[in-house]
Amino acid sequence: MKMYEYQGKELLARAGVPVPRGHLASTPAEAAQWTRELGGSGVLKAQVLSGGRGKAGLIRPVASPEEAERVAAELLPKCGRLLVEEKMVIEKELYLSITIDRDNRTPIILAGLEGGIEVEKSRRILKRPFDPLVGLQPFDSRAVAKWMKLPGEPGTQLGAILRSMYSLFSSMDAELVEINPLAIVEGRLVALDAKVTVDDNALFRHKELKPPEELLTPLERRARELGVNYVELEGDIGIVGNGAGLVMSTLDVVAHFGGKPANFCDLGGGTGADTTARAMELVLSNPKVKVLLVNIMAGITRCDEVARGMVSIRDTIRVPTVVRMIGTNEAEGRRVLEAASIAALSSMEEAAQRAVSLLPKGGA
Amino acid sequence: MAILLDNRTRVVVQGITGAQGRFHTARMKEYGTKVVAGVTPGKAGETIEGVPVFDTVEEAAEATEATASIIFVPAPYAKDAMLEAFHSGLDPVVVITEGVPVHDTLAALRVAESKEIHVVGPNTPGLITSGQAKMGIMPNHIFRPGPVGMISRSGTLTYEVSADLTNNGIGQSTCIGIGGDPAVGLDYVTLLKMFYRDPDTQAVVLIGEIGGRAEENAAAYLKRYPKPIVAYIAGRTAPPGKKMGHAGAIVSGTGGADHKIAALEKVGVKIAKTPVEVAHLVKAALGA
Repeated sequence: MKMYEYQGKELLARAGVPVPRGHLASTPAEAAQWTRELGGSGVLKAQVLSGGRGKAGLIRPVASPEEAERVAAELLPKCGRLLVEEKMVIEKELYLSITIDRDNRTPIILAGLEGGIEVEKSRRILKRPFDPLVGLQPFDSRAVAKWMKLPGEPGTQLGAILRSMYSLFSSMDAELVEINPLAIVEGRLVALDAKVTVDDNALFRHKELKPPEELLTPLERRARELGVNYVELEGDIGIVGNGAGLVMSTLDVVAHFGGKPANFCDLGGGTGADTTARAMELVLSNPKVKVLLVNIMAGITRCDEVARGMVSIRDTIRVPTVVRMIGTNEAEGRRVLEAASIAALSSMEEAAQRAVSLLPKGGA
Repeated sequence: MAILLDNRTRVVVQGITGAQGRFHTARMKEYGTKVVAGVTPGKAGETIEGVPVFDTVEEAAEATEATASIIFVPAPYAKDAMLEAFHSGLDPVVVITEGVPVHDTLAALRVAESKEIHVVGPNTPGLITSGQAKMGIMPNHIFRPGPVGMISRSGTLTYEVSADLTNNGIGQSTCIGIGGDPAVGLDYVTLLKMFYRDPDTQAVVLIGEIGGRAEENAAAYLKRYPKPIVAYIAGRTAPPGKKMGHAGAIVSGTGGADHKIAALEKVGVKIAKTPVEVAHLVKAALGA
């Protein structure tokens, strides 16, 4: 779960990391008022979760409360909320984050001598894993400070900042705590941006957090409530299957035969008839869907449950449908489908090819 | 012989009294697995599918000389269950549970590493040594004993490819799902080393997917590997920035399917474009 910049900064500030003075504004008047309180100038930062805000014109310096009001009126329709911050005179920009190293199965510090960068693309990056059981130690911080060649006050500050970031990382079950850029302003380190991503699997320990919905389409939101994994795509073949790998592969095979998937929809393992029916309805409620392809390789899932779910909404299925179904309780599943005059194939390739061939010719 | 698991492995089922634990205990026994004990705190004295239940892993291991564990407990308790299994020295430990917080996994895996215990998962269908024993949830009937080892990040794709191999008259030695989470225990490289030493395995199938660098790491190791490898990578058409079902299946700047395929191809791995192609390529590689 991604958090907004202002939430990340609140958490960092509470953990003891210096951040610029700032306030949240949701109207142009508020933006003007906060700008006045900050001394008559500032920076307006749109609170959105997508990256590249600078390039997209979503971070704007303003030189007066009047300008703040004008710019806010332009930005607010795109984002809903602005962070109004004091302007900083930046001497140097750095990069600092704590994240998870999947290969080594450890937390890892990433430090960079340039700020505002895409960390994957930078060559000047220090990668320093540390032990998940003992946590970040002072010697780890000293090594990072030394590598960053930070003189004087910022050098001393860096250890404290890393300690704060680590306490946030571990107490919030974070996958990422990132300060980019971490800037030197008047000889001191300040976090100019904050990105905190909390592990979705750990949200049961953080009931106070409410997942932001801005990155989801309305259908994806409904799928989340249903408990199925759904990602909306561009094409016209609706896809329902069980198992993340199988469904990903179904999309690839459909594309291989020249089709375009409308979505990824993974029922998960052991899904019952009712959820199956609701998931199929959800996929079909996307008006772009012209053909439905159901691909079931049942292990923990049972074919008869899927078949019953499908038959229960048979009359509302408005497009040609191809079913591929094998595995646990296959015979019973096929019997249920056949009783409702739905045929099931055994081969995934054949089913994908059939689905592509059923698309209306000459476009809609 | 195969790897990690055979018909002498003595298995504890942690979370045996839950619906999944109970159901799969029956299926594992049907397959020939020696399931010797179950554990659910507070349920000692019960019998599930003919298996005695204990309150703690320690008691279960002592009473039944268990050697390995499979975990079905809900995600919030999975770390505790793993540490309990490690405490009794059980090896391997298979973690079926989906949705384990990654910080819990990191801590548990670190302990396992210090004790040199093999962990499969979390978020895995488990492993099966064809014709001998199963610690997992895969359907029993799609596997036949034979010369092909399989290592996969996806459950249903493992079934898909195994069933297809079997239908083409090609059996399997051991099939392992390594798990769909960002951090998992056994990885491709460790398992490839085991298959390298296993005389029963003559070829290996790798099933990968988008996210992380596990396939690239495997490719780096495979430069000089004496047994033929066939790989299939799912997620070529997955959009960036979206989690595709598995917590670990996300393209974020890196982790795209094409990069993985290129890395594997470069070291001589045969790439299947669809799951069905795997069986054909394996057949050709074995000269069958």
